[in-house]
Amino acid sequence: MTSASFPRQVAMLLWKDVRVELRAGELIYATLLFAIIIVLLFSFAFLGGAPPTVEVMAGVLWVALSLSGMLGISRSFEREREADTLRALLLAPVERSALYLSKLLSVSLLMLLLCAVVVPALCLLFGMQVGDAGAWGRLILLLTLGILGFAAVAALFGASLGRARVREVLLPLLVYPLVVPVLLAGARGTYAILYGTPESLDDAARWLKFLLVFDSLAVMGGLWLFEPLCATE
Amino acid sequence: MATEAARQPGAATLQTVEVRGFYKDYGRQRAVADVSLTLRAGQLTALLGENGAGKSTLLGALATLIRPTRGQVLYDGTTAEAWSPLALRRCLGVLSHEPRCYTDLSARENLLFFGRLYGAFADGTALTAACAQKLTEVGLQRAADRPARTLSRGMLQRLAIARTLLPRPQLLLLDEPYTGLDRDGVALLSRLMAAERERGAIVVVISHDLDALGPLCDQVAVLLHGRLRAHAEFAPGTCDGPALLRLYQQASAAGAAAGAGKLRRAEPRP
Amino acid sequence: MAMSTDPPALTKPAPLTTLWLLLAVTSVGMLLAPQLILRAPTEPTMGFVQRIFYFHVPCAWLAMLGALTCGVASALYLFKNSDKAEHVAVSAAELTVVFGLIAIVSGPLWARKAWGVWWQWDVRLTTTALLWIIFIAYLFARRYGGPGGRRLGAGLALFGAADVPMIYVSVSLWRTIHPKTSVVPTLDPGMRPAFWLSMVSLHVLFIVLMQLRVRLERARARYNALHLQAQDAGLIDD
Repeated sequence: MTSASFPRQVAMLLWKDVRVELRAGELIYATLLFAIIIVLLFSFAFLGGAPPTVEVMAGVLWVALSLSGMLGISRSFEREREADTLRALLLAPVERSALYLSKLLSVSLLMLLLCAVVVPALCLLFGMQVGDAGAWGRLILLLTLGILGFAAVAALFGASLGRARVREVLLPLLVYPLVVPVLLAGARGTYAILYGTPESLDDAARWLKFLLVFDSLAVMGGLWLFEPLCATE
Repeated sequence: MATEAARQPGAATLQTVEVRGFYKDYGRQRAVADVSLTLRAGQLTALLGENGAGKSTLLGALATLIRPTRGQVLYDGTTAEAWSPLALRRCLGVLSHEPRCYTDLSARENLLFFGRLYGAFADGTALTAACAQKLTEVGLQRAADRPARTLSRGMLQRLAIARTLLPRPQLLLLDEPYTGLDRDGVALLSRLMAAERERGAIVVVISHDLDALGPLCDQVAVLLHGRLRAHAEFAPGTCDGPALLRLYQQASAAGAAAGAGKLRRAEPRP
Repeated sequence: MAMSTDPPALTKPAPLTTLWLLLAVTSVGMLLAPQLILRAPTEPTMGFVQRIFYFHVPCAWLAMLGALTCGVASALYLFKNSDKAEHVAVSAAELTVVFGLIAIVSGPLWARKAWGVWWQWDVRLTTTALLWIIFIAYLFARRYGGPGGRRLGAGLALFGAADVPMIYVSVSLWRTIHPKTSVVPTLDPGMRPAFWLSMVSLHVLFIVLMQLRVRLERARARYNALHLQAQDAGLIDD
């Protein structure tokens, strides 16, 4: 009796996560709304005087993304923990790494969805102008790489939190310091892309390369650490 | 039976699981001390004991979730580490008092998902048919397509039973499985456990429902304070609720005798 | 009722001779160092405040060393299930937090005098600050993380220790875009004795503190093992 191949396992688990998220629609909408509210709050803080600088827009983008992303991720893992379905998955004949990758991908999808809300909100409220299709392409690439790095760390620790009482506060505490390079690269990269000059595009390329390296190391680290962290007592 | 034929060949069949000198410590607390037990295919073993006696810990070790501080758990003579982890987990079915089902998916979707995960069926049609059959078996056929969160506690437990038994696990571990079940549910589960035993699975059950469990037992182990205080094997059909109760009382007496020499801990100063 | 095999933790504690020796060395060093620091030539631009450098740099370096030790020990704990490694990991983490704190407090004191601002996003200081936060989170996770807290902390330490180079690179990439305002002082030959004495004394202090802390953890493990043995022997109730 053979179980499914590795990619198929990841696909099955991911599809399950997506379906579960879609069914609990009201929670996704709440997270999306939260993202918009964050952008609104920032607009109250920064707008009103001089027009907002590109640096501010870049910063707000990534802070809004990471705050709402963290909320969504916490909530999603919390649901798994309440029903203890993670234990059922750990007992099932699936590779632990497949479980990790599926969590990573589902978290990334959630955050990409949040981007689809935050970026337009910024364009609307802050007057952010990305430029031509090339700039949009670069921005989307930057967002994807940044999100993957964030998700790699969040998926690892989100799944391993267990049932500690302080876990809601613990997850941000564990994840944020580790993803500082992502937030830095994301914000500075976004700034460089929005600025649009050839030198700043060089910078953007440097940040993109950095994120590529970070993502590779983070995902490898996650794959390596997922088993011992989720494993037996 | 269609589902029987659709099962893929070469399934691993576990014949014996042996627990040898199993200890589990959590810091200063000893959850289980020096338990040795042999479990065989086609046998139903009951683990009895008061709350906190270490039964769930022992079951956790059998499920490879808990690593022994000392001692070993051998599956057909090999430790869990020596097995390929997937191969071992494929033989494993664990039913807890928590249903562990996805409440946003329907009962049918839950079964299909877990069925696919365990890879116990040759193709999609066999899987779908098996799921439908299991749902009917546990009495959920009419509630099969509602989100699981709308099911009552008892129905969720039935779903959990269906999910656990669907891949026909060779090592079936049940921790307080009667939780939440009504009288019909209790009878159903007892029937299903007996059927699994007939099929040749190794069945281990933790429960406080001695009357329901009694007629099914081939082997009984009573744990008190983490130690094995009584052990008995019964010929099929000779065990019943009262027999279990007697064994329990025997174990308590043995436990009290062992503890008679203990010094009392000093009373805290006022 | 004798147990057939003694639990590994029930070994005698290691003799204290090396510890006393190292304690002596570091005490001498710590007493001498201020003398040498005071006698070292005064740096022209920054004056007296520059002397912070003599312990700021070693402390920052020791924080890094602690982090690295914690990372390696955590890896051994996670992958080899070595409890001894876990003892080393928590001790190293605590030292990282202590030495890191000294570095993070002394850094701004220097920066205020040198550049007029408390915080300058200097690459090294920023990285040390983040490192410090990560290891505070480690201690938090280990204490409040429930039953799996130690594993969680170990995972964080491992990931964190590996993340530090990434943090350094990202901050330094960031800082290359801004004008450089920090100037690392070149080491005047007159300053070298004071510097190296501080460095060595603090290193030895680090080792002494590590040993003491690890002994404490080992003692706790021994106590637990003894408690269990006594329970088995029927000497105490659970």
